[in-house]
Amino acid sequence: MIKIDIKKELFGSQKEMTLNIDLSIEQGEFLALSGVSGSGKTTLLRILAGFEDAQGVISVDDEIWLDQKTTLPPQKRAIGFVFQDYALFNNMSVLQNLLYVKKDEALASHLLNITELSELKNRHPNTLSGGQKQRVALCRAMMGEPKLLLMDEPLSALDSKMRTKLQSEILALHKEFKTTIIMVSHDPSEIYRLASRVVVLEQGVIVNEGKPKDILLKTSGSQKFSFSGELLDIKKVDVIYVAIVAIGQQLVEVVITQDEAKNLTIGDTVELSTKAFTPMIGSAVPTR
Amino acid sequence: MLEALSTLELTPFVLSFKLAGLTTFILFILCLPFAWWLSQTTSKTKPIFEAITALPLVLPPSVLGFYILIILSHNSPVGAFFDEYFGIKLVFNFSGLVIASCFYSLPFMVQPLQSGFASINKNMLEASYIAGKSKTQTVLRVALPNMKPAVMTAIIVSFAHTVGEFGVVLMLGGSIPGETKVASVAIYEMVEIMDYTNAHIYSAIMLIISFLVLLSVYIFNQKNRAIGQFR
Repeated sequence: MIKIDIKKELFGSQKEMTLNIDLSIEQGEFLALSGVSGSGKTTLLRILAGFEDAQGVISVDDEIWLDQKTTLPPQKRAIGFVFQDYALFNNMSVLQNLLYVKKDEALASHLLNITELSELKNRHPNTLSGGQKQRVALCRAMMGEPKLLLMDEPLSALDSKMRTKLQSEILALHKEFKTTIIMVSHDPSEIYRLASRVVVLEQGVIVNEGKPKDILLKTSGSQKFSFSGELLDIKKVDVIYVAIVAIGQQLVEVVITQDEAKNLTIGDTVELSTKAFTPMIGSAVPTR
Repeated sequence: MLEALSTLELTPFVLSFKLAGLTTFILFILCLPFAWWLSQTTSKTKPIFEAITALPLVLPPSVLGFYILIILSHNSPVGAFFDEYFGIKLVFNFSGLVIASCFYSLPFMVQPLQSGFASINKNMLEASYIAGKSKTQTVLRVALPNMKPAVMTAIIVSFAHTVGEFGVVLMLGGSIPGETKVASVAIYEMVEIMDYTNAHIYSAIMLIISFLVLLSVYIFNQKNRAIGQFR
């Protein structure tokens, strides 16, 4: 059981705000931390890791990590941290990266097995791909057998295929080690697949929390598809207007009326929705 | 010419390199924690320390030498203290030269190390702290091995710069053969007594050594950068 009740004044780029978090996390829970950038997610992780100080209390099981009298340094907290940019030790091989945390060859080779990295154990990080690096980082974070694993947008720098693969591996590790995990993520599908609970931050406070399904499914109940995207271009084709909209990684063409075309400016964020239809679903043919 | 080469007095060179080696060693040990602190601190006093560190770059060596001379002479508290308790005189001998050289070459050690430390990914250092490692362990096992070009530059340039010093050495050490008469001072004296043959030989040796030292640094750093680009 992890109890967090902290306060910290933040001086953001825009304006000052107060990070004020009151949260308790069950042992073994997989918590996703979501919210727009600048809402305090990373700061919260850094406070939990002991990189930044704050007022309040953090207790993990019976151990006090932070209160008025004590502030445990990062070295004394049983945490693992997965950084967005991997932060591997470039002067050490994959195996040495793991053993640097703890001299436990059995655990290291077990972790490398789970993540299919055994064959790469003598390679140096700068010869690995992004996905491989992040798997090494994940193994390294697990080496200390942490009570709490913190992940700061661990998969955001990877392509979607690699992301899916790593999500499965994170799930496998979570299942095996029962580690409590807090992960910062912006990706709804990632949160849905991995997390058992999602907490949404805004301006330093929790504005929403619950099961990913309840929080993320915006259109539950209505037969409506709705996507927001960026308007890239409006073309006039004969008598009709065609808008090109970027939704996620995809570009779509939509026919719009002349009035609609007048009211839109290129670069706008637009909402694209459709109602009363029967969606068709089939497995996608991989294009790569 | 050949005759001059065979009777060449090498003591000034030996002295120069002994001085440079000792100075570089002492500076490396002392500057490591200082450069680390400078690279990590957010303290408002940091610019003051940075300015003091850079002073030897802009001060005339005579000014630097003059102040060091005043501070270390047996009339000053510092000089008197060493003389009285350890029986060591700090001016016009080799130990005085070492102290003066440490001040003179300070920026050449601190600045490359500081920028080397600053270039290390902060997350990498934090990952080491999370692994339970102290700051000292982190510096020795993570930071330093990942900034080899900076360490190399700091050591080589400090060494070369100490070999090349003249003004401070002359003021602090005078020109005592075998004690404080380093190569640069020896050349100065040769020119003064118009012994151009030996001055030529000495100067050529200095020129070639200095060039080779700098060349080796740039070759090393180019190789390392090539590896860096591969990442």
